[in-house]
Amino acid sequence: MQIKTPKTHRGKRELEKRAPKLVENGKKTLILHGTKTSAVLNTVLTEIYHLKRGSAIKYSKKNDNIRPFESGGETSLEFFSLKTDCSLFVFGSHSKKRPNNLVLGRTYDNHIYDLVEVGVDNFRSMESFVYDKKLTPKIGTKPFFAFIGDNFESSEELKHLKEVLLDLFRGEVVENLNLAGVDRVFMCTALSSTTVFMSHCALRLKRSGTSVPRMELVEVGPSMDLVVRRHRLPNESLKKEAMKAAPDQPKKIKNVTSDVVQGKVGTIYIPDQQVGGMPLSNKVRGLKRERRVAKKNNSGGEDQSKKRKANPE
Amino acid sequence: MAEERSRSYQIDLGNLMAYDPSHHFDSIPSSREELIMVCLQKGTELVQEIANALFSLPSTEDPDGPIIKLPPPTTKLPREKHLPKPKPLTKWELFAQMKGIKKHKKNKRVWDEQTGTWKRTHGYDRANDDKDIPIIEAKPTDEPGEDPFAKRKAEKKQRVDKQEKNRLENLKKAAKVGALPSHIQLAATALPVTGTQKEAPKKASKEDLENVAGFAATATASGGKFDKKLPGEKPPKHTGKYRKFLPVVEGKGMGAQEKQQTEKILNQLLAKSSHEILDVNKAVTMFNVKKEKQRKKEKETSSSTPSKLKTKKKPLKSSSKKPVKKSSKTKH
Repeated sequence: MQIKTPKTHRGKRELEKRAPKLVENGKKTLILHGTKTSAVLNTVLTEIYHLKRGSAIKYSKKNDNIRPFESGGETSLEFFSLKTDCSLFVFGSHSKKRPNNLVLGRTYDNHIYDLVEVGVDNFRSMESFVYDKKLTPKIGTKPFFAFIGDNFESSEELKHLKEVLLDLFRGEVVENLNLAGVDRVFMCTALSSTTVFMSHCALRLKRSGTSVPRMELVEVGPSMDLVVRRHRLPNESLKKEAMKAAPDQPKKIKNVTSDVVQGKVGTIYIPDQQVGGMPLSNKVRGLKRERRVAKKNNSGGEDQSKKRKANPE
Repeated sequence: MAEERSRSYQIDLGNLMAYDPSHHFDSIPSSREELIMVCLQKGTELVQEIANALFSLPSTEDPDGPIIKLPPPTTKLPREKHLPKPKPLTKWELFAQMKGIKKHKKNKRVWDEQTGTWKRTHGYDRANDDKDIPIIEAKPTDEPGEDPFAKRKAEKKQRVDKQEKNRLENLKKAAKVGALPSHIQLAATALPVTGTQKEAPKKASKEDLENVAGFAATATASGGKFDKKLPGEKPPKHTGKYRKFLPVVEGKGMGAQEKQQTEKILNQLLAKSSHEILDVNKAVTMFNVKKEKQRKKEKETSSSTPSKLKTKKKPLKSSSKKPVKKSSKTKH
């Protein structure tokens, strides 16, 4: 065995960026496609890449051995996720059976966590929208989300899709937000139990006379209908492990105080000893003898009863 | 009315998300424009709701704009990687803990007695360095012909190597738990290539030798049939073929066997997967016949027909049946 360490500081920093952390940095997205794509799908992938610019990596070569839902078809995907340090992926493929197919998925520890497959319908690209260019959302701003429709709760697939979409587009979890920088919304409406109309809108903040500005949505695209096809939820144990949160502050220590003179002082509470309810063990000598005597006295009578039973024959 | 609505919205301010679970499309608008209009209207309401909550948070002024502090997100999303695992204690740390040895910080600078100056504790040009001693006094215990300088150097090297070995052991232990520091990798130096390694070959076990001898004995065209047996040689363990192929061509005997085999499997499969193949009429009649038979049997046993049956049985096993007869009498 040999200990291998990075030769440069830069390399070391790069490795430290990828190490598991208590508070994680934002998830990166890998965008790639299968052997065959369509014009629509190409645009969809490019525009998702534009929306996620800064935290996304786009692969342009075709991949013939990625089939996320099949066993054995995820190996190279998992390898790419490891290589690029991406834990979200968008995989496009186009076939006769499943035209304009998008597989959205997440990985945990560089292994596939869950998958949702959606078909893209009624796609309108960014370029086809006409609006005031001043409103164009900036790169890397924190988006709003508006989910509309009871199907996001009642339908298992849409519930899953909602979570994945939120994870995909929400960006980094931030503590401080600049209110001047809010400029985009992802609006998702459930049309049926499997269809979602998703649209990317810009925000126009208008004066309302109060401190809260009046919001106005301007569609800037892309907009599309997502039809859920297949989906795979994470298994319970994996989910439980992945949902583990970083432990907060250490637990409050009770009954320990520090004293200037005595140093560390502990208080101990002892409940009253309840003698009455204490179980006595069978090995008490006195009891044993009593029982022995009782047995002796009883034994004669018992034998008789037995004989009586045996007699009628 | 508006208040009632807002109550039904679910707002996750950490993710800037609002969700309206009450909305339902009874009939989706026929034209696309109409649909988008409805959605935009609904979306605006939701976004306004988020903004109301957002802009009411206390903000601090900044040249770039007002900055607010967001609460942590309420929607739980999975982690990207597992939580970092705690590093196990090294062997020394364990020992020190057991003995109660505490770590003390050393000064960076130490008084050097040889030169009479302050020098670094560690590293280049350090204080009290063995290397700097130009003369080593001879002792009566010294062996003649041994270079004390070389010996000192070798000892130092040994100590360094030992430390390196300990470090590797500790890292291996950490790697087992999965708590290896992120910038360190443990890699196999090289795969052992046959013939290159000097170490003595492992002693072959009895079983291995037997196996090899068996292979050698059967590695002839006849499978070792006509070879001379060595004294004490046992017959090969596994003689004959490993796999038997049945002939595919149909005929008598073996040919039919192949067909039978496949048919059996097919029948099993079909019987399990499909119930359409079951002939219900036949099954019902079979069931009925079986029931009838059972009933008859029961009748025979329960209704004592001593006259016919017993007379027949008597002459056959007269001696052995006696106790049975008695018991039957006592019953009645």
